[in-house]
Amino acid sequence: MIQFSLRMTRVQNFTAAAAIAVVAIVAAITGPHLAQLYATTVGACDRRSACVVAAFASQDSTLRLWLGVLVVVVPGLAGMFLGAPLVARELEDGTVSLAWTQSVTRARWLIVRLLVTGLASVAVAGLVSLIVTWWASPMDRAGMNQFGSFDERGIVPLGYAAFAFTLGVVAGALVRRTIPAMMLTLVGFVAARLAVKIWLRPFLITPLTRSLALAPGSTGYGSSGYLPIAPPATLQPNPPDIPNGWITSIGVVSNHGGARLTATELARFCPGINSGRGSAGGGLGHVRAPQSVVNGLHDCVARVGTRFHELVSYQPASRYWPLQWYELAIFLAAAVVLAAACIWRVRRIG
Amino acid sequence: MIEATPAAIQACGLGKRYGRRWALSDCTLTIPAGHVVGLVGPNGAGKTTLLGLAAGLLAPTAGTISVLGARPAADAGQLGRVGFVAQNTPVYPGLSVAGHLGMGSALNPRWDAAAARRRVEQLGLDPRQRAGRLSGGQRAQLALTLAIAKRPDLLILDEPVASLDPLARREFLSTVADISAAHEMTVVLSSHLVADLERICDYLIVLVASRLRLAGPIGTLLAAHSQLSGAPQPAGSLDDLVVTCISGALPDDRGPEELR
Repeated sequence: MIQFSLRMTRVQNFTAAAAIAVVAIVAAITGPHLAQLYATTVGACDRRSACVVAAFASQDSTLRLWLGVLVVVVPGLAGMFLGAPLVARELEDGTVSLAWTQSVTRARWLIVRLLVTGLASVAVAGLVSLIVTWWASPMDRAGMNQFGSFDERGIVPLGYAAFAFTLGVVAGALVRRTIPAMMLTLVGFVAARLAVKIWLRPFLITPLTRSLALAPGSTGYGSSGYLPIAPPATLQPNPPDIPNGWITSIGVVSNHGGARLTATELARFCPGINSGRGSAGGGLGHVRAPQSVVNGLHDCVARVGTRFHELVSYQPASRYWPLQWYELAIFLAAAVVLAAACIWRVRRIG
Repeated sequence: MIEATPAAIQACGLGKRYGRRWALSDCTLTIPAGHVVGLVGPNGAGKTTLLGLAAGLLAPTAGTISVLGARPAADAGQLGRVGFVAQNTPVYPGLSVAGHLGMGSALNPRWDAAAARRRVEQLGLDPRQRAGRLSGGQRAQLALTLAIAKRPDLLILDEPVASLDPLARREFLSTVADISAAHEMTVVLSSHLVADLERICDYLIVLVASRLRLAGPIGTLLAAHSQLSGAPQPAGSLDDLVVTCISGALPDDRGPEELR
C-alpha cells in the first residue's frame, strides 16, 4: 500500500525531487561565497547598514528574494498538486470503484495515502526550507531582521505543507472535482496563512512594550499602509533599533492613562497639520519638504511630547524560535483536524 | 434447521435515495451462491445501485443488505471475498498494465499473481502499456483480470459488456464463463441484453422498478414458461420469457423493446 501510494504520485514525486536538486545545486554553488563574504567583510563591519549593503552584491539579494518566495510557494503547490487530486481525481475518473473494492478498507486506504503523500509534501517543504535557511544564513545574520523572513525559514514551512496538503484532500473530497478543489485549496491556504500572520502570530506570546519620549527630530506625519485600507494620517515616530526583534506596533499614547493620541487632540496641539498638500514626491525618490514645514512639524511634535510618548510593542529576538514552534504546532494541529475530517467524509461517500 | 450456505446477496427492504429521487426502493431479494446469475431489468430498475450497494461502494438509505453473510465492505476480509467491476470498467489511465497487477498484488492478500500474468499474456497486452492507451475491450479485460486475480468468492460485474463491440463482448463473456467454472465462483452480472446472459448464465433474476419480478434457474423458468404459453418444444427463448415477464409489470410508457 505504501509503495502503491508512492507510485500513484510518481510524476509529482519526480518533479519535486528535480526541483529540490536544482535548488540544492544553486545553493551549493553560491552559498560558500556568501559565507566567505560574511566572514571577511561583515564580521569586520560595525554590524549594520551601508557596510552590509555593500558587502552583499545585488544579485545575492535577488536570489535571496526568489528563494524566499520558493519556500513560501512550495507548501501551496503541495496542497494543489498532491492534496487536491488525491480523492477528487479518483472520484472524477470513477476509479474509486477500483480503489475501494480491493482488500483494503476505505479508511485504511485513505490513512496510508494521507500519511505517505502528506509526509512527502512535508519532507519537500522541509528540505527546501533547510537549504534556503542554510544558504541565506550569512545574509540573515548581517541583515539583523530575522522576523522579516519568518515564513521563509526554519520549521514553519513544514506546518504550512502539512496544512495545505490536508486542506487539499478535504477540498477534493468535498467538491469531488480536481480543478475546483485546487482553486479552493489555494484560496483557503492563502487566507489561513494571512490570518495567522496578521491576527495570531503577533499575539502568540504577549508582546513586550517599550516607552520612549517622542523625538521631534525623527517623528514624521502621515499614514502607512495599502491605499484602500490605509489608516488615517497621524504622527509616525521612528521605530527604535531592536536588533533581530519584531516591532508589532508603534503608537503615540498619553503619559496619563495610556490613551492613544486622537486626530482631534493632534489638531488641538498642532492647528493646521492636516491641511495643505502632502509632499510625497510621487512615490519615486524623496522630495525635501520646505524648511518652514520641517520646523512646524518639529515644534508640533515637541508640544505633543509634553503630554504623550511613543509606545512600542515588540517581540524580542529571543522569541524567534518559540514563535516558530508555536506556529508550527498551530498548523500541524489544523492539519490533524483536517485529516480527521477527511477520513470522516470519505467513509460516508456513496 | 440446517444452516444453508449464505446467499451471495440478500437484500431486505433495501433502498437508496439520491436527494429526493429513490434509485432503489424497498428491494427484497435473495441471490443464491454457486450460480452464474444474470440480473436483468429495464434501465432505471436499480441494477447498478443494487450492485454498488453489494460492493460496499454505496451505503443503503433504508433496509439491509448482506453479501456472503456479512455487511458489504465491512472489513478487509469481506472486501477480499468480493470482486467488482464497475459499469465503465475504470482503470488508472497513467498506470501501466504491470502497475495495475502490482497494485492488485499489494492490496489483495489472496492475489494470484501467476494467473494474472498468464491472463495478461493471453490477452496480448503489453505490460508496459499505460492503461489509458488500451482499447475499451482491453480495458474491460484488464479490470476483469484485477477482479478475478484477487480470488473472490463472489464476482460482481455491472454491465461489463455494455460498451464493447460484439467480438470483444463474446471474448469477455467466455472468459467469465471459464473462470466461474474453474474456480467455483459465484458470478452476478447485470445486463439489459438478454442474449448475453443466455450464453453464460444458469440463473436469472428479473428486477423491475427495484422489485424482484422473477428468479430461478433458467432451465426451470423456460420449461414453466413454455408450458404456460403453450409454445412448442424446445422451450421458448429466454428473450421471450424476459419480455413477457417485464411487460406484464411495466407501465405503458416504457416498452419492452429496450431490452432486446
